[in-house]
Amino acid sequence: MAIPKTFMGYRRENGRVGVRNHVVILPVDDISNTACEAVAKNIVGTLALPHAYGRLQFGPDLDLHFRTMIGTGANPNVAACVVIGIEPGWTQRIADGIAKTGKPVAAFSIEQNGDLKTIEKASRAAKDFVHWATELTREECPISDLWVSTKCGESDTTTGLGSCPTVGNMYDKLIPAGITGVFGETSEITGGEHICKERAIDAEVGERWYKMWKAYQDEVIFAHATDDLSESQPTKGNIEGGLTTIEEKALGNLEKIGRECRFIDILEPAEAPQKGPGLYYMDTSSAAAECVTLMAAGGYVVHTFPTGQGNIVGNPIVPVVKISANPRTVRTMSEHIDVDVTGILRRDMTIDQAGDSLIDMVVRTANGRYTAAEALGHREFVMTKLYRSA
Amino acid sequence: MSKNPHVLAHEHEDNVAVVVVEDLAAGTIARGVITADDSTFEIEVKADIPIGHKVALKDFVEGDTAIKYGQDIGRFVASVEKGGHVHVHNLKTKRW
Repeated sequence: MAIPKTFMGYRRENGRVGVRNHVVILPVDDISNTACEAVAKNIVGTLALPHAYGRLQFGPDLDLHFRTMIGTGANPNVAACVVIGIEPGWTQRIADGIAKTGKPVAAFSIEQNGDLKTIEKASRAAKDFVHWATELTREECPISDLWVSTKCGESDTTTGLGSCPTVGNMYDKLIPAGITGVFGETSEITGGEHICKERAIDAEVGERWYKMWKAYQDEVIFAHATDDLSESQPTKGNIEGGLTTIEEKALGNLEKIGRECRFIDILEPAEAPQKGPGLYYMDTSSAAAECVTLMAAGGYVVHTFPTGQGNIVGNPIVPVVKISANPRTVRTMSEHIDVDVTGILRRDMTIDQAGDSLIDMVVRTANGRYTAAEALGHREFVMTKLYRSA
Repeated sequence: MSKNPHVLAHEHEDNVAVVVVEDLAAGTIARGVITADDSTFEIEVKADIPIGHKVALKDFVEGDTAIKYGQDIGRFVASVEKGGHVHVHNLKTKRW
């Protein structure tokens, strides 16, 4: 199959291209969720992103909070953003960070106004944004403007045989076509770290990658470890699906970067790539909603998600494309699967054919087709927290 | 009759393979494929093994290493015969 040369997207003020056109109502902190949800109820076509954090955080954990908030608002799938916080300082800081993209942003704070006045003012701003955003139109954009992330979930032995190599084949074809990609899941490379390190573009990036991987082992895993990480790595679902050890899971996971791709840089959680097109590694949790949220905050606009046992996760601003090679999952959970690659297990579909069918679905998704997770209303927005608040 | 495989191994060095069909029963002479080069093999399955779970391609004793993707995926903590079910009851990570 010839690689598609273009897709239909929304060209934003900063040149990036979005595949969705959301007007987001973004809470700075947990106690501003209520006002944001009220605005989203008032104004059709807006989307509130309630979350649990934003108070009494400090140091690198607070940096990550700001990076996730600003990155989410700045994502090109977001046309415009209303930011609401309890007080004006941090609210304005997030609004200013998003406004650097050039997109419309309005900030409102609740102290000295109360919920009701804030909701009214923010609703009027949101309504103006919806009128403006709904007049924007898609235009033909080169495929190199597409940023595609990946992370697998509820993996089993079929993901390493089928759905992860399918994503790897997609990257082997689309990275040379100029797209920007990312993979991550730091704990889940354990057992394949020697392979991952070798897939860095050069020794310096490989050493930085290894140092990052080792730091999580030493500072988090061995500081808190219980046997098999309390049935969390592999998870109970992984074990049900036949994955026995973290080494086995990691080797399957790494199939997502294909045969040829090299990663060119290592990103902090929610950090946007700075070195141009290519494949990146982001230091993320392996928990699905956390990882997809961080990659969305890094600026990725379509997510490819291999699953074996049937992880149902979605994301509010980024379409999540599900790929499965497990015939039982495709049979029992068909409404969650976008790309069926069970033929790989029957040996009547090659990895090359599967990769082509995923590329086709990624481009159709970018053009506007709803994914299964979008149609089912999955909007998991989950912030990563590094340590306890003050 | 279908020629679809019952079990798949990744590499020739692998000493375990993955069951890729539902309801594979003990006593079946399973058709196997090594995905690296599409070469075929047969293995008599000695247990009912669920889809996605692994079958031993040789006899193992405690302390042996399981190889999949041509790589070390853990150590056996109990013996298992060729054709037996390999999972958390007899295989353990070497990491944690």
